[in-house]
Amino acid sequence: MKPAPFVYHAPRTLDEALAALGEVGHDGKILAGGQSLIPMLSMRLATPAHLIDINGVAGLDTIEVADGYVRVGACVRHAQLERSEEAYAALPLLRQALRNVAHPAIRNRGTTVGSIAHADAAGEMPSVAVLTDAVMEVCGPAGSREIAAGDFFTGPLETTLGADELVTAVRFGRFPSNTSTGFVESARRSGDYAVAGVALALTSGDGAISAARASFVSVTDVPDVLDLTEVLSGATAEDVAARADGVIEAVRAHVTPESDIHASADYRRMLAAELTRRLIAEVISR
Amino acid sequence: MSELFPVSVSVNGVAHGASVPARRLLSDFLRHDLRLTGTHVGCEHGVCGACTVLLDGAPVRSCLMFAVQAAGHEITTVEGCGTIEAMGPVQQALTESHGLQCGFCTPGFITTITAYLRENPEPTAEEAREAISGNLCRCTGYQNIVKSVLRAAEIIRGTDAEAGDRQEAPA
Amino acid sequence: MTTRQFGAPVQRREDPRLVTGNGRYLDDLGHTAYEAAFVRSPHAHARIVDIDVTEALDTPGLVGIWTHEDLEGPVGEHLPVLIPHPALIAPRTGRALAKDEVNHVGEAIVFVVAEDRYAAEDAAAKIRVDYEFLPAVVGVEKSRAATELVHDDVPGNVSAHLLQEVGDLDAAMAGAPHRLSLDLSIERSASIPMEGKGVYAKWDSDAEHLTLWSSTQTSTGVRAAVATRLGLPLAKVDCITPDVGGGFGSKIMHPWPEEVLVPWAAMILGHDVKWTEDRREHFISSTHERGQLQQVEVGFDDEGRVLALDVKFWHDNGAYTPYGIIVPIITATQLLGPYKPGTYRVEFWSLYTNTVLVTPYRGAGRPQGVFAMERTMDAIADHLGIDRAEVRSRNFILPEEMPYDHGLMFQDGRPLKYDSGDFPASLAKLKALVGWDDFAAYREEAEKHGRRVGLGIGCYVEGTGVGPYEGAHIVIETSGRVNVATGLTTQGQGHQTAFAQIVADELGVPLESVHVTTGDTRKMAYAVGTFASRAAVMSGNAVALAARNARAKALKIAADALEVSADDLEIEDGVISVTGAPDTRMDIGMTAVLSNPLRYAFDEAAKAATQFAGTFDPDKPPVADDEEPGLEGKDFYSPTQATFANGMHAAVVETDPVTAEIRILRYCVIHDCGTMINPMIVEGQVHGGVAQGVGGALYERMVYDESGQLLNASFMDFLMPYASEVPHVETDHLETPSPLNPLGIKGAGEAGTIPGSAVIASAIEDAEGFPITRMPISPVELWELRQRHERGEIPSLRRAHSTTTE
Ligand SMILES: Cc1cc2nc3c(=O)[nH]c(=O)nc-3n(C[C@H](O)[C@H](O)[C@H](O)COP(=O)(O)OP(=O)(O)OC[C@H]3O[C@@H](n4cnc5c(N)ncnc54)[C@H](O)[C@@H]3O)c2cc1C
Ligand code: FES
Ligand code: FES
Repeated sequence: MKPAPFVYHAPRTLDEALAALGEVGHDGKILAGGQSLIPMLSMRLATPAHLIDINGVAGLDTIEVADGYVRVGACVRHAQLERSEEAYAALPLLRQALRNVAHPAIRNRGTTVGSIAHADAAGEMPSVAVLTDAVMEVCGPAGSREIAAGDFFTGPLETTLGADELVTAVRFGRFPSNTSTGFVESARRSGDYAVAGVALALTSGDGAISAARASFVSVTDVPDVLDLTEVLSGATAEDVAARADGVIEAVRAHVTPESDIHASADYRRMLAAELTRRLIAEVISR
Repeated sequence: MSELFPVSVSVNGVAHGASVPARRLLSDFLRHDLRLTGTHVGCEHGVCGACTVLLDGAPVRSCLMFAVQAAGHEITTVEGCGTIEAMGPVQQALTESHGLQCGFCTPGFITTITAYLRENPEPTAEEAREAISGNLCRCTGYQNIVKSVLRAAEIIRGTDAEAGDRQEAPA
Repeated sequence: MTTRQFGAPVQRREDPRLVTGNGRYLDDLGHTAYEAAFVRSPHAHARIVDIDVTEALDTPGLVGIWTHEDLEGPVGEHLPVLIPHPALIAPRTGRALAKDEVNHVGEAIVFVVAEDRYAAEDAAAKIRVDYEFLPAVVGVEKSRAATELVHDDVPGNVSAHLLQEVGDLDAAMAGAPHRLSLDLSIERSASIPMEGKGVYAKWDSDAEHLTLWSSTQTSTGVRAAVATRLGLPLAKVDCITPDVGGGFGSKIMHPWPEEVLVPWAAMILGHDVKWTEDRREHFISSTHERGQLQQVEVGFDDEGRVLALDVKFWHDNGAYTPYGIIVPIITATQLLGPYKPGTYRVEFWSLYTNTVLVTPYRGAGRPQGVFAMERTMDAIADHLGIDRAEVRSRNFILPEEMPYDHGLMFQDGRPLKYDSGDFPASLAKLKALVGWDDFAAYREEAEKHGRRVGLGIGCYVEGTGVGPYEGAHIVIETSGRVNVATGLTTQGQGHQTAFAQIVADELGVPLESVHVTTGDTRKMAYAVGTFASRAAVMSGNAVALAARNARAKALKIAADALEVSADDLEIEDGVISVTGAPDTRMDIGMTAVLSNPLRYAFDEAAKAATQFAGTFDPDKPPVADDEEPGLEGKDFYSPTQATFANGMHAAVVETDPVTAEIRILRYCVIHDCGTMINPMIVEGQVHGGVAQGVGGALYERMVYDESGQLLNASFMDFLMPYASEVPHVETDHLETPSPLNPLGIKGAGEAGTIPGSAVIASAIEDAEGFPITRMPISPVELWELRQRHERGEIPSLRRAHSTTTE
């Protein structure tokens, strides 16, 4: 298990990185944390001719908390974001979800943006991206553009990102102040990719739910949002249990899981629905 | 032959330099170029943790990094956590608590636990178990590694009480 | 007084080295060696039509490429059948490199050597092999149906068929007041040591000597196999086992193709060559175990006593049978556990499949046998409405019935005769530890909170310490340093400590002065290997015997020098003195000096020795006829039969009523391995075994698809438990000494693993209220079973309690 040879590029600036990307195009891959890419290289499941290592690119490793968003640079490690108190205060869902990404040693290296760019439907952060209406800041030879999370993911490991484009940062949208969030997943072992997982945002007014949205891990081919407002609107901690059937039905109808060696599609559908039900009960009673 | 890159890194406080191809994994660089074979390789896909080293103090999988990427960084391997004559607290705790059998996974646990205890000097048994849950061991069933984490914490705190009586409570 | 080391929880002497990065495992050696990689079959069953290496030839760093065509003589022949057996009617083995046909994904086809592993893999990736596909036979059912064959000339895919019967089973079954039948299945798992296999070979062309290092469980076996294959005299080959990162059975198989090819290439190339197995290779080209389908029919009386036990099982032996049929033979015999059925008949078929070969993995057939027996015990208890522990105790062999002969032939070809054990005492301890009698109340309380819990139990007996022999050689230096060599190998069992404890006690020397070497054919050429929980029993007793010989010689020399009778001497802390007259004394190192009449005064000890030279008889030679120079002791331990350890486990599990996720709340172990040399090490063995048992019950399995692809050949998808998945293990011990060996010890290595699947199945069944007949079990499988149960496709247990019948 050793990677095939490749030409290594270590740009120091964004311009250099873009120039290198433009030059090698489809023959190249961006190397961020490498926690998904390097295993694939070592198993020779991927054999790009060029690697463009963005770890040395200046200015990509910052977290910025603004009124409407938390902006995470392309080289920010999962662990760095998980630990950021500012980011946690602004958007607790980030830490709630990140704790479920792999193990600490992987999070010390893997990047949140890389995880989103990688677009694995079993990843936690793509589902957080859609739930927060995140915006991808993208640079390419043709200049920069922004892609809404809803338009970003097109299939398992597929996005609308061009081969010569780089996600420089992701802006995760903040929720209204009266919103509580939660994240739960079930994995076979701690740190494994989830069999199913749910991210949830409940907004309330006058002690009752006024808006509810959920997104999922490992049970949809592209991460997308299920709006549960209709099902949950007006529910309180005391009476939310009565909405369980509606929630379960809505989740079951929304998800499109597939069977693999760890679980059947039916089981995943059940699990996603049950986890959602439990998470709602937990978040609302906080 | 592919292009060679000069890599200078500080490993366990000592400056090292070597020229290696870009694809040289950090684990291979440490083991075969620098001959620091304490860092072990159990899977080369990031799951087992045997190759865990500290990169600027934080545990990372050395099998999931290229040596060229380590240039300019400070790396700590198990060799930097103590010697036979002067064992570090985690090494001492593992020895006292029978926290290893074949010893193949042990270096990865030592680096992981060392970094963990710096930030969490007083873990409970449950937290200790969670702290080592990103490393695989096929021999010990982890019971005595959990014990070792607690014991190492005691040694570091200087209380040095009997570790044995801090058993994990059954659920 | 010197404190007695035997029985003390002495800290391991190997640890300071291992915790500081000073261990030396296979891949830590040979930094300048060439490295090997292989082209392995991506298909489960195919004919090799063509191999084209042209494109690979200009790979930078390439040294050589070999296919089967290039292997001349014994190197290219079929690998040996290590353990033939009359019932093994159609043994088949692979070759170092496949010729014409491949029979499992991962079988080696092309051998590549390059300057490093990166380059070797570059070249391997460019080699093209054309195949003609053959139908793949995967799984016991498909093999048993035999509509397709793995080996054209093996009808029915049957490699072996064996039937053993004790008593008139048919009559007993016909007369039994109750009868039950069970269909059971257990899936494949594997040893999966953290360090894969590896071989490193050095050919010294001046001395015409081959030294190889292998991450093996038997250096003597590898040495002999390689010498034979390469046509070298045994004297010109040595095999050294460096530190080994776990074996669990996988490394007792030998010779592996790589163990033959790597030294062969080193000789041809005149350059060191090394191969380090990577994780994917370990999954697809080493070895697996456990897969069996079982049918049990049991006849019993109103009290639950088994009158007739009729077991048939079909064992998946993979593509080849180089290790013979040890695994199914153990299942067939060890199935009986602590029980004495009135009559017993067992029949098995060992079947070929197009999958990785099957050789022992910790427990070696016992987990399957215990699963069958313990599922049966639970079924009887449920049928009669008797407590599960009670049914077991009614079938126990009692202490007063020991030694107990089952009338069967064991894995070593000798009678299955238990030497000792107190099963009622073990059960009583287990019930106390887990709180067996209080569980009903605990369950009731849990159920009030909507929780579903269950209690499970599993008992086993394990034949350990099988022969034929193991030896030890002790050399005491003039400094008092004691060198102990035993030939079997070490993979983490702490032999350097445990054997030193024995020697320290036997010789009366400080533990620190004893230095143990294992698995090095230069130091000890006769040895069998480390497997079947035999190391402590076999080498433990051998080192004790050798130490006794060395002690006798030291005392004799000291007696001569001090002019006293040897009977009046004692040794303590390395000093020999006259009992009651401690000033008449001599260091044990001094007896080593005196043992060698060549006394150049290299050091102070030798100079001083002359004063003890005493009177000598000019008519006698300096070394008497019945003497040898040097203070040494050598002996072999060879038992007449295995010694039987036993244990009982209980677990409390909780299953999620909706998601069917399974959590082990408590795991309790009672373990009796005779006298313990080092209880800390024994406990560690139990812990590790339990983790593998739990892994095998809830997480691990080899998932093959119909075409014979192993779908989870990585640590990402083969779910070896982390600490988060292994419960806290509560243990208690019983020490029933073995009457068979001088030290009274029994093996402990495999015990923890053996009842894992049986116990967890028992507990889940208890929680769920319907029978669990297939292991391992995952949440999705339990969830599906619940649905089948609800649809009436699976019957409820008779004792089913409230939650599960709602
Ligand atoms: C043992 C193990 C367990 C894991 N478990 C989980 C888990 O439970 N959940 C989970 O979500 N992840 C898991 N991961 C993956 C981990 O989170 C990765 O860090 C993450 O998926 C990818 O981030 P990275 O920075 O490492 O990206 P890399 O591996 O460097 O890159 C991944 C892909 O994204 C592309 N890419 C990266 N950054 C950019 C960018 N800025 N612009 C454009 N393209 C880019 C790369 O070209 C590559 O194709 C696990 C990994 C391991 C090894
Ligand atoms: S070798 Fe790096 S995680 Fe296993
Ligand atoms: S001690 Fe052997 S793998 Fe952990």
